[in-house]
Amino acid sequence: MSFSYLKEIEDIAKEQNIPFWRVIIEDDMKERNVSFEESFETMRGMYRAMKEADAAYDASLRSASGLVGGDGAKLEVFRQKKNRLIGDFLTEVMEKAVKMSESNACMKRIVAAPTAGSCGVIPAVLLTYEKQREALEDRLVEALFVAAGIGEVIAASASIAGAEGGCQAEIGSASAMAAGAIAYLEGGKEEEIVHAAALALKNMLGLTCDPVAGLVEVPCVKRNVSGAVNAIVSSQMAIAGIRSAILPDEVIDSMRRIGKLLPTCLRETGQEGLAITPTAMEVVRRLKEDA
Amino acid sequence: MNLFDIVGPVMVGPSSSHTAGAVKIGYVSRKLMAQPIVKAQILLYGSFLATGKGHGTQLAIVAGLLGMKTDDPKIPESFRLAKEAGMEVIFGEAKLKEAHPNSAQLILTGRDGRELEIVGESIGGSRINIASIDGLSANFSGDYPTLIVHNLDQPGHVAEVTSMLSHKSINIATMQLYRAGRGGHAVMVIECDQEIPQESVKWLAHLEGVEKVTYYSLEER
Repeated sequence: MSFSYLKEIEDIAKEQNIPFWRVIIEDDMKERNVSFEESFETMRGMYRAMKEADAAYDASLRSASGLVGGDGAKLEVFRQKKNRLIGDFLTEVMEKAVKMSESNACMKRIVAAPTAGSCGVIPAVLLTYEKQREALEDRLVEALFVAAGIGEVIAASASIAGAEGGCQAEIGSASAMAAGAIAYLEGGKEEEIVHAAALALKNMLGLTCDPVAGLVEVPCVKRNVSGAVNAIVSSQMAIAGIRSAILPDEVIDSMRRIGKLLPTCLRETGQEGLAITPTAMEVVRRLKEDA
Repeated sequence: MNLFDIVGPVMVGPSSSHTAGAVKIGYVSRKLMAQPIVKAQILLYGSFLATGKGHGTQLAIVAGLLGMKTDDPKIPESFRLAKEAGMEVIFGEAKLKEAHPNSAQLILTGRDGRELEIVGESIGGSRINIASIDGLSANFSGDYPTLIVHNLDQPGHVAEVTSMLSHKSINIATMQLYRAGRGGHAVMVIECDQEIPQESVKWLAHLEGVEKVTYYSLEER
């Protein structure tokens, strides 16, 4: 029986005095009838696949529309620049988020987390953390369980599909998952974890899914960057002791209701918003000609 | 949905429904054919037709028909690989009635001349539903070993199939029965918890009143 509320996970962790991620893995062991090692190693496999995907980035590739590709390399160059306004951690997170999403748009192998369109958020944050904080891989795998647990609750109580809930359900969910993961890595307990997730998700509420030509390219790729940065900022607020004024499970329920209220034209149908701008229509026309 | 549907699957992008789901439809179809495919007519419908090109849906289906899985990095090269494998590929528009928006109709010819017509739907995430086989309803996910028996609508065929499964200690997970009309063509679709031995599948095909037996195995064969 997987979880429908963050509160359930929080309560079990407190009652049994075990970490948040441990509640998630034990649930998976029961659900799929697997051992601790099997579950942990499967998650490690996901983490390593993220690492491989990051390393396999190819700046020369271009997406189907021609609009996506090569920006990861620009951020790589930017990262070498002295006197940057923002620090090394955020700069590398941005770079990794763009790279992963560009790889997805260019038909490379990625890990859907929770979806392919939002695949850049979680690895950007975790891979950068491992590298810059010299963390042990096992800790990152544990953090991935934290993220997965939050994602599972959102999927059960709201949605992780853009066609159902708009972009808030995809990048919003990924951002909430990543925020909880960093809160954990930075020493946060259950409360910091769920409030980091809530703070991140609140910043993404109402986000529509209006991609150009219906493709997972514009605005998805760059929105992965915002989702990743938002996750870090939110987790830091939670670690600083700031709490979401609205309870985390109530934020998730708000996301569900907002998703239902979003008109179909703003839920992955390419019928409104950015998708019908003159620039977007030109892309649609060009794609038709090529077909 | 399990935990690794949330973090995972590992897949080739850009879209779980339009790319990964499409690979899976091709892959399951290739398994159902149980032999190399020499000709594939791939007819797209709905959103698959409208945005399939940008999502690599066509490349993905061809990759699946060649036996690739959703995480195979060679998916983008599937057209070239199909040519090398001697598989002729023709694309078109599917004329389906009331189908799922992400549907593909595949008309396949195998090396020994066997023909198979499949309608597959990509129903979200990378999950799929095989909606029909040779024009008769099927509705299975490809997550279990699946037996599809086309037979005449006569008494006793269900008993023959289920007693064979019982003898082999195979547990039935789900079972569906359809018929075109009383006494006409019928089909049973059985998802199992264990694999069915090949000789048992062959034995079924020789029974009187059984017209065609198709088996989808999760094993590499």
